[in-house]
Amino acid sequence: MTGWRHPTLGSEIDRTKPLRAKVDWEVIDGFQGDTLASALLASGPRTIARSFKYHRPRGVMGFGAEEPNALFDVTRNGTTTPNARATLVPLTDGLKARAVNAQPTAQKDRARWLDLLHRAIPAGFYYKTFIAGGWHLYEPRIRKMAGLGQLDPTTTPHADTPIRHARCDTLVIGGGVAGLMAARTALETGGTVWLIEQSRHLGGTLRWRGGEVDGQAWPDFVEDTRKAILASGGRILINTNAWGAFDHGLIAAYQRYVTDIHWQIRPLNTVLATGATERPLWPAGNDIPGVILAEAAHHYLMLYGAVVGRRILLATGSDASYATAAALAEAGADVTLADRRAKTPPAPEGVLLLKSQQLQSVQGRTEMFGATFNDTFLTADTLLMSGGWTPSVQLHCQSGGKLDWDADKDALVPRPGTGHMRVVGAANGTFGLAATLIEAGLPPQTGPDWHWETARPNPLIKGRVWIDFQNDVTLKDVTLAAREGFTSVEHLKRYTTLGMATDQGRTSNFAGLAAMSEATDRTIPETGTTTFRPPVQPIPFTVIAGRRRGDLFNPLKRLTLEGQHKSRGAQFREYGGWLRPSAYGDDERSSAQTEAKVARETVGIYDASPLGKLDVIGPGAAALLDFAFYTRLSTLKPGRARYALMLRENGIVFDDGVVMRVAEDHYVVSASSSHAEAVRFVLEDPRQDRFDPGRVAIHDVTQAWTTLTVTGPRAKALLDAAGLPVDCPAMGLTRSTWNDMPVRIARISLTGDISFEVSVPTSDGAALHAALEAARIKVGGHWIGLEAVMILRAEKGYIVVGKDTDGSTMPHDLGWGGPRLKRSDAYLGKQSLFTEAATALDRRQLIGLESAEVLATGAHLVPLDGPRRSLGFVTSSYMSPNLNRPIALAMVEAGHGSEVGIFHDGTVTRARVTPACAFDPKGERL
Amino acid sequence: MQLFPCPFCGLRAEAEFHFATTAGRARPEGAPDDVAWARYLYGEDAPKGLTTEIWLHTTCGEYFLLTRNSLTRLITGSEALR
Repeated sequence: MTGWRHPTLGSEIDRTKPLRAKVDWEVIDGFQGDTLASALLASGPRTIARSFKYHRPRGVMGFGAEEPNALFDVTRNGTTTPNARATLVPLTDGLKARAVNAQPTAQKDRARWLDLLHRAIPAGFYYKTFIAGGWHLYEPRIRKMAGLGQLDPTTTPHADTPIRHARCDTLVIGGGVAGLMAARTALETGGTVWLIEQSRHLGGTLRWRGGEVDGQAWPDFVEDTRKAILASGGRILINTNAWGAFDHGLIAAYQRYVTDIHWQIRPLNTVLATGATERPLWPAGNDIPGVILAEAAHHYLMLYGAVVGRRILLATGSDASYATAAALAEAGADVTLADRRAKTPPAPEGVLLLKSQQLQSVQGRTEMFGATFNDTFLTADTLLMSGGWTPSVQLHCQSGGKLDWDADKDALVPRPGTGHMRVVGAANGTFGLAATLIEAGLPPQTGPDWHWETARPNPLIKGRVWIDFQNDVTLKDVTLAAREGFTSVEHLKRYTTLGMATDQGRTSNFAGLAAMSEATDRTIPETGTTTFRPPVQPIPFTVIAGRRRGDLFNPLKRLTLEGQHKSRGAQFREYGGWLRPSAYGDDERSSAQTEAKVARETVGIYDASPLGKLDVIGPGAAALLDFAFYTRLSTLKPGRARYALMLRENGIVFDDGVVMRVAEDHYVVSASSSHAEAVRFVLEDPRQDRFDPGRVAIHDVTQAWTTLTVTGPRAKALLDAAGLPVDCPAMGLTRSTWNDMPVRIARISLTGDISFEVSVPTSDGAALHAALEAARIKVGGHWIGLEAVMILRAEKGYIVVGKDTDGSTMPHDLGWGGPRLKRSDAYLGKQSLFTEAATALDRRQLIGLESAEVLATGAHLVPLDGPRRSLGFVTSSYMSPNLNRPIALAMVEAGHGSEVGIFHDGTVTRARVTPACAFDPKGERL
Repeated sequence: MQLFPCPFCGLRAEAEFHFATTAGRARPEGAPDDVAWARYLYGEDAPKGLTTEIWLHTTCGEYFLLTRNSLTRLITGSEALR
């Protein structure tokens, strides 16, 4: 319990509102405005986490997205977020947090003995060890031990994060002084300015370091800029993390806590002002709890009054840390500044300053008690490190930007003109307030010098030096990788897992790179950098999925008459993207049998509205359809309909349906329900690319019409009773008005019985339904679902494209060889029908099957004698209530005998080959 | 996600578009031999670098010519088919 709460400091906490949370079952007190990390620092134990591989004790180290240690599974308002970074989680009352990767708690972790084995498990240990005997032997146990947080199955995560698309003239990412200055400049040139800030407050380092901007106290500057952005019509998104930069300037950002929104913003200009991350230092034992980044300590002190320790050592090489030391001393801590440099500014008041101090090691086990500089041990409970700064250039690199090594700044900085963003402030290598304001165009001013004396991991140091804290990569692992030849940074990363953790190597990538360059005697630019990929910070999968799950994952098309069908007892299923009645009644299977029987005996009515209806209109319509269909349609007389097949250029059957010629220059193409959209584009293609698009137009009017089909021997009687015209020949259509509404009746049949497709404008659908229902009660009959319709059409051997055909079925395989032999004009797919494969004698043909039992759809047809091989497969199979026997359709190689074997579930049964049409083969019922 | 310029609708999101074919691939008419026909059906060149392609804007239903760099994904222009 080394951290403590200062009695007065803390600009962002409200001491009148105390909060209580539970971390690893221990009570943690804090205030409104605290983050989980600041509350832990101010009141909690030091060991709050365990490291990933060695299960070493760890404490809070940073204050933002760079935090490598303080990961928790956080439960708030009934929702558990795994692997939440304590530094970014606002403290709320009743919040529960569990340390990840530790059982039962971080303090008493049962797996802490693993650290004793560290010599036996260096980098690459898995690759070298678990290959013997096969990885699957070890995988279950290792998987159980590996990984970080756990999802809590008893709580449901948010899955309702909506995506919002937005555009603005200028998007500024980062609400620190550089970002605010960029916003101010953009406002001067006009246009809307949006600003994204990851924390809850604007101001960045100004909030803890203070300062003046352009003659204004910083809070006034921040407030004025905030107001100006809002006044221009812009927006400020706080608690928002810009997680990815994509093509054409798209920025994805996740806004949390108050509102959950997944933003997709397309700005004209983007300014990147994401600042920089402080580098740690690399003494032995630099991961012991109590070792913290210097800027983090400053931040916690000023914003939350959370003081990181009582006896504090601050190891630095830059003037920038002097303000930190001064603030901590003023707050009452005992502060010793240990500067790497010989030439330093004067010691701040109350601070002991030591010069030319080389930090060698940190002493302690579960908590540090001192550190050694220049072979001299100094007692302390806290060590603050400042090893320099690494610009946060992830989004710049994601947008295609390159980096240059700037030796003067000791950092990789964005190369101007390579990404599509303008990078400013610390992200651009402009460190400190004074330099940032000069960069933003304000006159020169004075401030602390942020240059630092270069610090690098020293391979000669004895003991274990942590490079990547989150993935437990030590300096020895990096030099091992170098020795074993993994010298490319991309190999180094994969071999040691350096920088692959959820902190994305913010504190470690640079150190790893520097260590590798040293181990291989190369410069840093020669060593290169790894690729930055989205997300910049971890975001939940539920955010990426957004509302696209459950019913909204793939929303179904709904019938206008869904309510009416429901009230008649319909059950619904999805058919080709439409939610349609499968049967009317509780038991789908037996209802379908009853319905199929009734439809043959009296009359059945079904909703055929999803059937595609494409109006093809104009003097060029006949020529277009002749080309687009396998079946000739220009010879069709107005008022008549014809069954037609549509092929693609490869000769494969793409769709089938009835084409009606309403008038000389007006056709209606009925496409399969699931295919209407696609068929439209098969027609659009030649319309735009081959014919004169001025002479023919295509309109998809599927949703404009409600179609109810009346089928069965008493269909005429039912239509009569409803007052509908029935004077229509088979394969003909009539158009008239009925009760003042336009009605189109087509006598075309999918069932083999007399059928009338009655279509009215969708707005009149309910009236038609009511009239047919009233007539049905008089005449008898039944509403029938799609399952019954499927039985009826299979009895007749009518195919469903895609079910009874596959990606190799040509029209002559289905018995429609006529046009292929007769048509001499050009049509889609013609050339493909005469290739060697298309004319082969063993092509699969559509047949019917007669068997004792209902066959399994998909079962293979096999020869009864000789070696077993597939001759084809069952495509549709039903119990026929009208024939009182199982029926099936199948595709089978030509040359089969009159009997075939049906191979299913390891056994072969026999089936007799019949024509596809099993019911009323002469078509006398039509 | 990229933005594609439809000559009729302006800049729209990539998801609204479908690739149709490489531009300038004439359909062999008459009775082409199997090799020429197969080449037309399956022989997309997929050139590296500057390429002119026919794309479909599914929301307005228009096919159009799109010139782009298949390497850098830079869109250089679009025009109506006629």
